[in-house]
Amino acid sequence: MTAVGATAPFVRRRLPAHVRRKRLLLAIANHSVLIASAIAFLAPFAFIVLTALMTNEQALSSRLWPEPFAWHNFVDVFREAPVWRWALNTLEYSVLATLGLLLSSIPVAYALARIRFRGSNVMFMIVLVALMLPPQVSVVPLYVMWSKVHLVGTLWPVIIPNWFGDAFSIFLLRQFFLTIPEEYLDAARVDGLGELRVLTNVVVRLAKPAIAAVALFSFLYTFNDFFLPLLYTGENPHHWPLQIGLAQFRSLHQVQWNLTMAATLLVMAPVIVVFFLAQKAFVEGVTLTGVKG
Amino acid sequence: MAVFLSLNHYDLLSSPRWVGLANYRYLFNVDPQVWTAVRNTLWLIAILVPLQVVFALGIAMMLARARRGVGALRTIFYLPALAPPVAATLGFVYILNPATGPVNSLLGHLGITGPLWFQDPAWAKPSLVLLGLWGIGNTMVIFLAAVLEVPQHLYESAEIDGADWFQRLRWVTLPSISPVILFAVVLGVIQALQYFTQAYVAANIASGQASQAADVTASSLGYPQDSTLFYPVLLYQHGFTDYQMGYASALSVLLLVVSFAVTLVIVLNSRRWVHHAAGAVR
Repeated sequence: MTAVGATAPFVRRRLPAHVRRKRLLLAIANHSVLIASAIAFLAPFAFIVLTALMTNEQALSSRLWPEPFAWHNFVDVFREAPVWRWALNTLEYSVLATLGLLLSSIPVAYALARIRFRGSNVMFMIVLVALMLPPQVSVVPLYVMWSKVHLVGTLWPVIIPNWFGDAFSIFLLRQFFLTIPEEYLDAARVDGLGELRVLTNVVVRLAKPAIAAVALFSFLYTFNDFFLPLLYTGENPHHWPLQIGLAQFRSLHQVQWNLTMAATLLVMAPVIVVFFLAQKAFVEGVTLTGVKG
Repeated sequence: MAVFLSLNHYDLLSSPRWVGLANYRYLFNVDPQVWTAVRNTLWLIAILVPLQVVFALGIAMMLARARRGVGALRTIFYLPALAPPVAATLGFVYILNPATGPVNSLLGHLGITGPLWFQDPAWAKPSLVLLGLWGIGNTMVIFLAAVLEVPQHLYESAEIDGADWFQRLRWVTLPSISPVILFAVVLGVIQALQYFTQAYVAANIASGQASQAADVTASSLGYPQDSTLFYPVLLYQHGFTDYQMGYASALSVLLLVVSFAVTLVIVLNSRRWVHHAAGAVR
């Protein structure tokens, strides 16, 4: 990206003073707008944190700075509502869905990327269509089906579909598998490995970054998911994941804003921590989603 | 399956009863809420989506020109996109609450009487737009990558031709990144057609409805005065609080047809403005 300036065979002439001054002013203006916007982007976080640390009277006043800091809010949140219960439900959803999704999507993506069979293109088109379809379109028949097998009220209707492959993950993994040189796979085949062993011994190892990205996206998706869990567990608080619990937190217990903001912060925290720990996998995933397509 | 159900009356308890096109007749001719919901969803597509794209592009272009602190600034602009939608919405309903919210307090110090935000039918959707603009991180990152890949020599030759700032934007930057803009617009429209969580949570919290565990739904949907009753919210109301499965299926079939049509129109129309030259961002 910097090659243009670096390899040019001539030395740039110094720009005239008025041009330089104009550029400096532009750069200052640019940075000022950026910094002002950045402050505006951080402000909601700041307000949430400050309110989470206020006493109830303070949260109801128009003052912005907590005085004294009410750290015990974070303890009270757990006393007000079964937050641990909700967190366990979210964990169950996240782990079971992500594992199932990886086990089912990896072979499908491999088959679509590497094995030519009659109708493989049609299959890929079906995956793409599934990707575009709004979930609201299929949700009614699916709900009817789950109610027939008496699983409405549990999290199984949102977990089980992941065991049969997920369109987005299949798409993403296929894109990555296509970049693995065919020679590697042929070498393994010459050594006498069957397709399944080629997949588990060679492809999976080479595709670790892509698999990590898919797992990460799946974690984020299940952690944030609201519509489908609301549909299936809305009337059964025992199975609520964190997001449903948080949405009902305030009205359910008539609790105050300060505790609500403390709960909000607790629900935001895991995602932000995971982001900073897994930034590399993130970048990998975002580039894979087709920006470079 | 959805089409079959849409031709029946079905409440999950008794078995489906064939009613032909009655659900569709009710949908198009009788139900007044359908048109409210369609209008609200179209509002999102016409206002929220373009604003998000323009805003994300603006930030990305400023970041591309910045010399220092790009990494930190990029993280700051990206971070809100990570916040779970429920949590982000809760935060905004609090921050914008008319009585004691920090935004109206600050406006009060400046001598401005702030609006009622989520409590006012005229301001509820603009409040959701603010929430939507806060979360443009993903789009912004994609735009930033695209802007940085525009070949530098194009700018240099444009400059030699005497192009000013606006002309360079119009004739170099925008054509070069037009495929990415198309991607962002299509994605934005698809998301607008599915817009549910934020509307549901905002209405529920702002209405202050003391809902019971057994009845977490119903009356607050669309608060205030159906101004946040988007199409998926209406579908949810009919299907999953009233259990009119047949009618909800009819609504979902219409949604499918419309999503398909809208996406098709954008993609076909894009041939005219998306630039696929060799060397363009692909």
